[in-house]
Amino acid sequence: MQEVDVIVVGGGHAGCEASYATSKMGFKTLLITLNKNNIADMPCNPSIGGTAKGIVVREIDALGGIMGKVADASLFQIKMLNNAKGPAVRSLRAQADKVIYPKNMLKKLSENKNLKIIENSVKNLLVKNNKIEGIILENDEIIKSKIVILTTGTYLNSEILIGDTKKSEGPHGEKNEKFLSKNLEKLGFKIQRLKTGTPPRIKNDSINFDVLKKENGDDLYYTFSFDDEPQYKKEEQRCCYLLYTNQKTHKIVLDNLDKSSMYGGYVTGVGPRYCPSIEDKLVRFKNKERHQLFLEPESNYYDEWYLQGFSTSMPTNIQEQMVHSLEGLEKAVITKYAYAIEYDAIDPLQLKNSLETKLIENLYTAGQINGTSGYEEAASQGLIAGINAALKLQNKEPLILKRNEAYIGVLIDDLVTKGTKEPYRLLTSRAEFRLLLRHDNADIRLRKYGYEVGLINEKQYKNLQDKLETLKKVINYMDERYLNQEELLKLGIKNNNSYNLSKVLKRPEIRMEDIKDLIPLKISEDLKNQIEVLIKYEGYIKKEEKNVEKLINLENKKIPKNIDYRKITNLATEAVEKLEKIRPTTIAQASRISGVNPSDISMLLIYLKKEYKNE
Amino acid sequence: MDDTICAISTASQVAGIAIIRVSGKDAKKIVNKIFKGKNLEKVKSHTINYGFIVSNGEKVDEVLVTVMSSPKTFTKEDVVEINTHGGFTTTNKVLELLLLNGCRLAEPGEFTKRAFLNGRIDLVEAQSINDLIESKTENQRKLAMNNLTGKMSAKIQHLMDYILEIRANIEVNIDYPEYEDELVITHEILSDRLNIIKKEINNILKESKTGKLIKNGLNIALIGKPNTGKSSLLNKLIEEDKAIVTNIPGTTRDIIESSFLLNGYLVNLIDTAGIRKTDNLIEKMGIDKSLEQIENADLVLLILDGSKKLSQEDKDLLKKVKKYNYLIFINKSDLNLKIETEYLKNYDYVIGNTLNNELEELKNKIISKFSLDLINEKELVFITNTEHHALLKDTLNTIDSIFKNIKKNVPIDMLTIDLGKCYENLGKIIGKTYEEDLINEIFKNFCLGK
Repeated sequence: MQEVDVIVVGGGHAGCEASYATSKMGFKTLLITLNKNNIADMPCNPSIGGTAKGIVVREIDALGGIMGKVADASLFQIKMLNNAKGPAVRSLRAQADKVIYPKNMLKKLSENKNLKIIENSVKNLLVKNNKIEGIILENDEIIKSKIVILTTGTYLNSEILIGDTKKSEGPHGEKNEKFLSKNLEKLGFKIQRLKTGTPPRIKNDSINFDVLKKENGDDLYYTFSFDDEPQYKKEEQRCCYLLYTNQKTHKIVLDNLDKSSMYGGYVTGVGPRYCPSIEDKLVRFKNKERHQLFLEPESNYYDEWYLQGFSTSMPTNIQEQMVHSLEGLEKAVITKYAYAIEYDAIDPLQLKNSLETKLIENLYTAGQINGTSGYEEAASQGLIAGINAALKLQNKEPLILKRNEAYIGVLIDDLVTKGTKEPYRLLTSRAEFRLLLRHDNADIRLRKYGYEVGLINEKQYKNLQDKLETLKKVINYMDERYLNQEELLKLGIKNNNSYNLSKVLKRPEIRMEDIKDLIPLKISEDLKNQIEVLIKYEGYIKKEEKNVEKLINLENKKIPKNIDYRKITNLATEAVEKLEKIRPTTIAQASRISGVNPSDISMLLIYLKKEYKNE
Repeated sequence: MDDTICAISTASQVAGIAIIRVSGKDAKKIVNKIFKGKNLEKVKSHTINYGFIVSNGEKVDEVLVTVMSSPKTFTKEDVVEINTHGGFTTTNKVLELLLLNGCRLAEPGEFTKRAFLNGRIDLVEAQSINDLIESKTENQRKLAMNNLTGKMSAKIQHLMDYILEIRANIEVNIDYPEYEDELVITHEILSDRLNIIKKEINNILKESKTGKLIKNGLNIALIGKPNTGKSSLLNKLIEEDKAIVTNIPGTTRDIIESSFLLNGYLVNLIDTAGIRKTDNLIEKMGIDKSLEQIENADLVLLILDGSKKLSQEDKDLLKKVKKYNYLIFINKSDLNLKIETEYLKNYDYVIGNTLNNELEELKNKIISKFSLDLINEKELVFITNTEHHALLKDTLNTIDSIFKNIKKNVPIDMLTIDLGKCYENLGKIIGKTYEEDLINEIFKNFCLGK
């Protein structure tokens, strides 16, 4: 019988980060996947990043994860989104090559001596006294381990729906995991059925690109990783194309609505609101004359395009008509039809903030099994689950990122505190302190944690320290350096008052670029942006920090694990029920639970004070 | 518990002197901001300091301020107590200033709760707190219903919906930048919409009768010929000698303002200089001022001497008051009624006697005229409304700061922080907080995604 420290079930984005982290942190790790060729597969859009998600990739990199580095090595277009809308919401989005990305990921994982990857299917968990002991494979073979991390993606009991057909399989007709979710249910997990979908893929030479609007990448160099140099040539980036639905398309869809899996009543899972199928869009937004679609290249190694915005569960013949109604796609050849996919997920309220399950010790879950959607959301959870599993084996406290520290913290806190009824996607609007959770400062926010757990090496950490040092020096210099009349006039400032550089930069028309020559220090592009944000928006940043202070105070008020909520007098019944179900670890978390009112929090505080006065 | 809280801690608000207690880590800092005198952040602990409460450079009240530093205080936090002297109006003005400068209004029992949580008192002492907190929600519910009539609450809800819509639109622009068909909220569009919100908030402040009463009190201008008993009526109502009462015509030369509580509401009496033809310069100035006061009053109370027949001057005044929201008080003193009531039959009048203190009819008439009897929990109504006022004002200030920042070209993403604050403020007024609102709104009204 084999025995390892950690078993990771599933080789998607969550599984890759999880197994990388545990093995890099020194633990013998076994990654079990159904198909090695599908490691870090991108079954949906061929892109990494996007609003909020791009920042998550930076956070993963800051913590020592690998998604950013693999993306940097696999992208063929990159853009900074929201450049004009404000520094807090800037975010990278890249088109990544679907063939190259998994290859690079596999390469990255293979570098690791502690990590072994095998192809197999897991049908059950080995559990004794509510503690994990290993897994049982399809062929009843047992592999023992101290930790199991489940990152099964959409493969749990998945079904592919196209029109009235329903097949029990995973994405691309792959084999799925048929037994695991039943067995999880037996262990006490609440299983929910979720749904998502993907649009059709179109053959390259069947598209009339001449009538479509080109969407180029930025004429600049970026990297997701804080350690990488750009690995692409900006002039060689591939472009995407913009197109629209029209009245003809709408008529085809509406006339055939009952033939779709969704409206024909074949779907039981709950789909995400933010990722509606084209039929959903047309039903819910009747008055919209057209809907935007994009064609995105899938790979340099095969000639398929991803038709973003056109996800559907219509039968294939209707899909043909729909696609052919689009300008530029009149003669398009569909290489893969769109489908809806239903799969099982657990209720994330059954998880701790560390992503360990509350029911079974040393069992962790990450990614779509937790009810999320998106490669980045999955990867970040995988990383955190991996780090925490390793920390657990080292008898250390788990790494729990706060809502003011990282989007990853927001994501996990939302999941374990509020749960989710639809696949959960990160949005910048979900973060109450997004001004602090910026693209530019992810390393300053998180690298220290990566360093502490051992995923960030001395050199990487030293680079950060140097950056912080320069930052401090530049800001000090800018505070002390006053400009004379001539210098001010050059910048277009007619004023007799004395101005230092910081004050000058606060003026709306002045950019860091305009004054950089007045600062005798070498400042990287990255830092330039950061300084500009810090100085220009100092007032807002201070406001946010003040709000954070309040949150931290509440976060520091811990709730004992064994608390009996029924003993608290005057606690509302609804509050008791919610608190018992979720079992928050801090007063702050308790206060975020819907149905727990401020007066309940007061009662809770008084009770804690009374019962635990010595702690 | 990191907020700094404040409340009027003296029981009766009718008394001339009131104590406002402030507790929390910013207590000294906040009071110092509105205090003119010694620097309260630097004075010794447990000292009493003389000075003034000021607002925009103007003195609001002459006060004594007790500064007590943590931990030897009731709550174990820094505590500052302000002894005000100006009576009801000024005490509330001071409270409002504290709220505007970063204090939060204490919940019932909150000082005691803090004393307990900070280990100052034991549980037996604090036993009653549970009940207090429990009763709070019920009170608040009543209050919300009493004090914000459905109409006003609906207006605030409507404003919140409007702000939410703008925010959701901005969020969509941010989270889905590639969707070119959606309206992009620019600085210009935002300014237009903020102007609408600002106007609406100003309307709410103006229209809200309770709000106005609470902020300024109900202003009643007393008019009448000299020596009809205006000043003695005023004195009877406020039960103290503030105006000089004589029987020499024309002695009430300045505008005298006094206040009393009627059914829990503040009523300001403005005793106008007797209106009559005069060559005396000082008296003339007084009269001009009276006319202005009449224009601005909520109610013009004309006092007629019931012991005399109507003079031409009385008849002129009767004609005049008809233009205003008015009431006539016939003061019959202890003599027989000689006034021609037949002449007054089309006027709204009440009869009373200042000497015998027969003023019930007058008071009831005022109460019913302004529906002051519709609200029961007087004290609490008052306090929450002060807080609501502060919240609405704070919202206006926040909007102004957004305007300022739009001029400075601050990106829209930053401005959402302020917009969020506006939304939160309004939510506090009608007692609603929604976390999921924004996300729901985004997906309800916008069509996005793969």
